[in-house]
Amino acid sequence: MTEPTPAGQSGVVVRSTVFGRIVRNPLGLTAIVALVIIGAAAAFAQVLAPYDQNFSDITNTLAAPGGEYILGTDSGGRDVLSRLLYGGQLTLASALLCASVAILIGLPTGLIAGYYGGWFDSTASWFANMILSLPGIMVLLSVRAALGPSVWLAMIVFGILLSPGYFRLTRTVVQSVRNELYVDAARVSGLSDLRIIARHIMSVVRAPIIIQTSIVAGVAIAIQSGLDFLGLGDPAQATWGIMLSDGFRNVYLNPLLLVWPTLAIMLTIASLVLLGNAVRDALEDGQKITAKRRPAGEKKPSRSAALPAVEAGTEQHLLKVSHLAVGYPQADGSIKTVVDDVSFHIDRGEVLSIVGESGSGKSQTAFSILGLLPDTARIVGGSIQFDGTYTVAPGDDTVSAERLGALRGRRISYIPQEPMSNLDPAFTIGSQLVRPMTVVLGISKAEARARALELLAKVGIPNPQRTFDAYPHEVSGGMAQRVLIAGAISCEPDLVIADEPTTALDVTVQAEVLDLLRTMQRQLGVGVIIVTHNFGVVADLADRVVVMQSGRVVEEGEVLDILRHPKHPYTQTLLASMLEDKQPMTKLTVDAAAGGTA
Amino acid sequence: MVSFTLRRLGAGVVLLIAISILTYSILFFSSANIARNLVGDQATEEQVALKEQQLGLDQPFLSRFADWFMSALSGDFGRSWFTSEPVAVAIANRLPITLTLVAVAILLTAIVSTLIGMLAAVKRGWMDRAVQVGAVIGYAAPGFVLAVLFVTLFAVQLRLVPPVSTISPGAGAAAWFTSLLLPVIALAINAVASSAQQLRSAIIKQLERDYVRTLRSRGIAEREILFRHVLRSAAPAGLTILSLQFIGMLGGAVIVEQIFALPGIGSLAVTATSAGDIPVVMGVVLFTVIIVIVVNLLVDLVNGWLNPKVRVS
Repeated sequence: MTEPTPAGQSGVVVRSTVFGRIVRNPLGLTAIVALVIIGAAAAFAQVLAPYDQNFSDITNTLAAPGGEYILGTDSGGRDVLSRLLYGGQLTLASALLCASVAILIGLPTGLIAGYYGGWFDSTASWFANMILSLPGIMVLLSVRAALGPSVWLAMIVFGILLSPGYFRLTRTVVQSVRNELYVDAARVSGLSDLRIIARHIMSVVRAPIIIQTSIVAGVAIAIQSGLDFLGLGDPAQATWGIMLSDGFRNVYLNPLLLVWPTLAIMLTIASLVLLGNAVRDALEDGQKITAKRRPAGEKKPSRSAALPAVEAGTEQHLLKVSHLAVGYPQADGSIKTVVDDVSFHIDRGEVLSIVGESGSGKSQTAFSILGLLPDTARIVGGSIQFDGTYTVAPGDDTVSAERLGALRGRRISYIPQEPMSNLDPAFTIGSQLVRPMTVVLGISKAEARARALELLAKVGIPNPQRTFDAYPHEVSGGMAQRVLIAGAISCEPDLVIADEPTTALDVTVQAEVLDLLRTMQRQLGVGVIIVTHNFGVVADLADRVVVMQSGRVVEEGEVLDILRHPKHPYTQTLLASMLEDKQPMTKLTVDAAAGGTA
Repeated sequence: MVSFTLRRLGAGVVLLIAISILTYSILFFSSANIARNLVGDQATEEQVALKEQQLGLDQPFLSRFADWFMSALSGDFGRSWFTSEPVAVAIANRLPITLTLVAVAILLTAIVSTLIGMLAAVKRGWMDRAVQVGAVIGYAAPGFVLAVLFVTLFAVQLRLVPPVSTISPGAGAAAWFTSLLLPVIALAINAVASSAQQLRSAIIKQLERDYVRTLRSRGIAEREILFRHVLRSAAPAGLTILSLQFIGMLGGAVIVEQIFALPGIGSLAVTATSAGDIPVVMGVVLFTVIIVIVVNLLVDLVNGWLNPKVRVS
C-alpha cells in the first residue's frame, strides 16, 4: 500500500517557459529542427542548389539518382535536388502568405466581435458562416478562371477562405475572458479598450493562434501543391506540386520521382502538426496528469482474489469508512492528497452530516463511497465497507467498479447538488425515472411508470403526469431537485448520499426540499449522508456530524453536542459564521445617522 | 420547427444569390479574350465580333447577369461555349459519380472516426496516444498525395486495380466498386484523421457532464450511458464536424477525380476553368453550393430534432 504523500509536497511545481517545455518535448524539438532545416534549405536554395531550377540537360532525362545529379533528373532533364530546394521556396512562401492573410482578417475581426459583440458580431459571424460553407477548391478554380494562374492571388483568396477559423477561435477565446474579473478590474481602473486588448486579451489568444497557424500552414501547403499538381499554377516556377505531377506522369518510367516531393510535403506538414501539438501540450502541462506509475517491485493487487473479511464487530454498520485517503497523481510523480485518514460510520436509519467548506474533501469522500471519483483519482489508503462487505478493501487503489456496480442505485443512491445539470436534457423526466427502475428492480415499463408517477406525487410535485412528460428544461430548479430525490429513492436504497442538496436552490425552495428530505428519511427509514457547508442544514436534519477541514476529520459527534459545545476551533469558526447566533442589528435611527455624518 | 426550417432555407437562397453574383462578376472580367480563343487566330475581327454577339459578350454586365439569372431560375443554365453541350446535361451526367464518391467517403469517415473517437475517449491510455499519432500521419498526407501513392502502388506496381477508372453511368456495380474503392479511401483517410480527434474531444466533454455521474449512481450500465446518452449528446457536435468535412471533400474530390480519371464534377470544373468556359463554371459552382446548402440544412434539421428545446417550441 502506498503511503499517503505528505500534503505540500505536491505544491512544488517547476515553473518553466512555454518555449522551454516545447524544446524539452522530443517531438516538439524534432518538429522545430525539421522546420528550421526545411526553411533554411528553401531560403538558401540559390546557394545550395547545384543547378538552376530550370536548367535542363536534354540528353539526360529521367536519370537515376547518383553521379552528377544526386537525386537524378526529371522528364525535362532538370536536376531533382535543385528543383526540390527551389520548390520549397514557393511552397513555404505561399503557406506563409496564406496564413498571414487569414490571421490579418480573422484575428482583428474576432477580437472586435468577441469584445464588443453587437451588430458587428452578428454580421461578421454571418460572413464567417458563409465563407465556411464554400468548397475551397471550387472557389480557387473560379478565381483562376477569372484572374489567371497566380500563386499569390490564389493564396490570398485561400487565406480569406481560411480566415473564419481564426475569427471563430479568437471570438470564442475573447468572449470567455471578456467578463473575467481581471479584465473587469482593468476596465474599472481606467485602461483603454485598446490597452486591455493588447495586454490582457492578446496574451490569452496567442497560444491558440499559434496552434491554429500550424494547421492552416499545413492545409495551405496541401492546397498549393494540389493546384500545381492539377497544372493550374505557373509552370515556370518549380514547386513540390509540379514535381509530383511530373513524377505521376512518368510513373511507369521512374516512380522514384514521386518519392521526393511526397516526402517533402509530408515531412513539412507533419512537422507543423507536431509543433502545434507540442505547443498545446506545453500550455496544458500545468494541468496534465501523467499515467500513474507504480513504484518498482509493487505488485498490482489481484481483484479476483477473495475479499478479506471485515473487522469483527463492525459488520452491523451500514457503512464504515476507515482511514480513507484519496489522492491525485501529479505531473511530477507526486500525489496530491485531498482526503486523508478519514474515518466514520453510519447505521441504518441514521442521518450523518459531513460538514466543511469547499475543498475540505467532503465531496471527494462522498464520491469514494459511491465509486464515482474521476478516473485520475487514486485511493491511497484505508478502506470502505458497506453492510459488512468491503467496497474498497485495504490495499485497493481504486474503487471496484464491479462491486459498486452491484450496489449503486439498488442499495446506495445519490442526490446531486446542481439539479439542472444532473438530468440529461435530451430525455424526458419520465424516461429518466423509469429506466433505472426497470434495470435495477427488473420490473416492467408499465409498472415502473406507475411507480414513477406515484413517486413524483410523493415528493410534492403538483401535476405528476405533466412533469413525467416534460423535458428537464421545462421545469424549475426546485422541481428538478424533487425529481432527483424521487429518482434517488425510487429503488428503495438503504443509503442515500446527498451532496449539498439545497445549495443551488432559492432560499424558499431550500426549506421545502429539506422538509421533503426529512419526511422521506422518516418514512423509508434509510440511512442518509448529507454533505454540506451549512450548519443550518445540519441542525435541521442530522443525528451525527463529521466536521472536515483540509481533507481530515477534525471533530465528530452527536449533533446537539457539536452545536452546543464545539471543541475544535474550526468547528467554532464555522458555527460563528452562521447568522443565527448573531445579535440582531440595531435599527438605524436618525440620531445614529446624524452622529455618523458629523 | 417549420419557421426554423423556412428561415434556414431563406438564408440558403440568399447565400446562393450572393455567390452567383460574386462568381459572375469575377468571371465577367476574365471573358475578354474568349471569343478570339473560340474562333481561332485566323478569324477576322468581324468574326470575333459576331461570336461575341452570339454569346452576348457585347452586352453590359447587368444585362448579361440578368439574362443568365432569369434562365437559371427556369432551369436553363445555358450551353458550354466550347462543346455546346447543355450545362444541365453535363452536370447531370457527372454529378452521380462525384456524389457517390463523396457520400461513401463521408459515410466511411463517420463510422470509422466515431468508433476511433469513442474508443480513445473511453479507453484513454495507449489507444488515445495511438489516435493522436494516427491523426498526425493522416493530417500529413493530403488526399491527393495519397491518391497518387495508391495509384502508383496498387495499379502500377501491384496491378490489383485498373489505373484508370472504368466507370460510366451505366456501368455495373463491380466497376463502380473497383473504381471508387481507392478514391474513397484516399478522401476518407485525411477526414478520419481530423474528425476522429474532434469527436474524441466532443465525447470526452459529454462524459464529464454531471448527469453522466448521476446516471452511474442510478445503476445504469456504462455501455448504456455511452450509447444512449453520451453519443446522443455528442451527436450535434459530431454532425457539424462531419458537415465541414463534407465540404472539404467536395473540394478534395476535384483533384482525386483527376488522378483516378473519374468523369465527375471535379474534372468538369478543372477543364471548364482552364478554358474559361463561363456557363459551365457557373453551373458547377451553383450546383456545388446547392449541395452544400442542402447538407447544412439537413445537419441543422437533425440537430434541431435532437435538441428537445428546439423540437418542442
